[in-house]
Amino acid sequence: MRCMMLIHHDEAALAKAPPSLWGDYAAFNEAIAKAGISFQPGNRLQPSSAASTVRVAGDKTAVLDGPYADTKEQLAGYFMIDVPDLDQAIAWAARCPSARHGSIEIRPLAPA
Amino acid sequence: METGEARRAAERIARESFGRLVAFLAARTRDLAAAEDALSEAFAAALRQWPESGVPESPAAWLLTVARRRGADAARRRAVETCGAGRVALMAEELEAAASSPEAIPDRRLALMFAGAHPAIDRGMRAPLILQAVLGLTAMELAAAFLVPPKAMGQRLVRVKNRIRDTGIPFRVPDREELPERLDAVLEAIYAAYARGWHELDGGAPRLAEEAIWLGQVVVGLLPDAPEAKGMLALMLYAEARRPARRSDDGAFVPLEEQDVARWDRDALAAAERLLREASAAGPSGRYQIEAAIQSAHVARRLGGAATWPAIVALYDHLLALTGSPVVALNRAVALAETDGPGAALAALDPLAADERLAGYQPYWAARGALLARAGRTTEAREALTLALGLADDPAVRAHLRARLEMLPEAVDESRSPEGGIARRLGSAPQNNGLEHDA
Repeated sequence: MRCMMLIHHDEAALAKAPPSLWGDYAAFNEAIAKAGISFQPGNRLQPSSAASTVRVAGDKTAVLDGPYADTKEQLAGYFMIDVPDLDQAIAWAARCPSARHGSIEIRPLAPA
Repeated sequence: METGEARRAAERIARESFGRLVAFLAARTRDLAAAEDALSEAFAAALRQWPESGVPESPAAWLLTVARRRGADAARRRAVETCGAGRVALMAEELEAAASSPEAIPDRRLALMFAGAHPAIDRGMRAPLILQAVLGLTAMELAAAFLVPPKAMGQRLVRVKNRIRDTGIPFRVPDREELPERLDAVLEAIYAAYARGWHELDGGAPRLAEEAIWLGQVVVGLLPDAPEAKGMLALMLYAEARRPARRSDDGAFVPLEEQDVARWDRDALAAAERLLREASAAGPSGRYQIEAAIQSAHVARRLGGAATWPAIVALYDHLLALTGSPVVALNRAVALAETDGPGAALAALDPLAADERLAGYQPYWAARGALLARAGRTTEAREALTLALGLADDPAVRAHLRARLEMLPEAVDESRSPEGGIARRLGSAPQNNGLEHDA
């Protein structure tokens, strides 16, 4: 089961997160690599202030200055894993350092 | 009745075989809807035929043969609509494989129950889902039992089955370290089914309480080392043993203290006692074991005249520390009235008065009214019992409360009322799960 793991963060809280967070992330990435479950590298995203949202209606392209949804927790990054079942995905979500500061959404990829 | 029992036994075996086959097929394909679809025609035929013609020698083989022969086309048509051609082919392969040696099909019903009670599934849908997958109850039957419109129940079941398939919820018994927490969810779902069935008194089909006990027996049989599972089964059996005594012949509500113990089911009580003993010998007690122990103490009191009220209060103390539930606190206070008098019980209830979860809870006002009446505080008792009457939905309970109100002294009387009057008749309030155990 291939899953995209979406990391959501309260951006203000993330800015104040302890520096140890990044050390934890290095260890987490190592653990994922060692488990051999990553099929595509993950990424951290720029904050939502860097987002632009585009919609086309008729022949007009509208560009919105900001993220798709104006919510407290914003998409902050993602990683991809291939695991046998939801319980395994939940275990990896719980290990992700961001689970302590925000939330991890598990989205199985649609079958090709 | 002989034939009634034969019919029930045939139905039981049909449900048992159906549950095993669904669990087996779904565990392999993760597609509960398709597994049920593949077997539904055969299962319906079994429910019709077996009570008349007798149970076939190999029930599983019978179901598989009919599923392949008669139901195959219909199932295929429906299955293509619901889950696509690829899955239908897979399901057909699994059916063939199972049919080649139906006796060797492993019992995966426990794994199915753990999938149905997975934390990723909406709590309210766990019990209906398990009842349908393991026992073959229809959406119509479940709708009636859970007071949901049939169409809505059907849609919710479809949604939750899709969710199991798409989110990758596993069909397995969790590892040891996860087991206690996850087993709690399974037991909670089964107990929720029992609590639903507790109020059914005239045996309309299907008896949800009976089905829940059946599921409890399956769990105990498959997980013999889980004391809480035994505790829960014991608790259900204690409650069930008293069912025949809970209403008088003319349908009136009979509180625990007035029940005719000759109408209690002694076999069920003996089974409950044995399960509880085994459970408490196995290790630390959880919520269900403590609640079962309270029921055991009530039985010892009513049957053997043992003075078990202090033990009951102590068990409620323990349960309260474990759950923090205001309903447990209420039951503890009612038991306290028997050891320390109504004044002490009312003092114990005072901190609960502000809890808004109890404000609309009929048993709280009934118990409070009974205690007030016993303490001679007639005016307040009248207020509380009137509120309880307004909140009651069961006609038998309403009649009971009305009678209690009529028994209150006419004039405002602040003198002590004699012990053992109105209040005692009301008995204790229900448990924290909403069951009126003491009724």
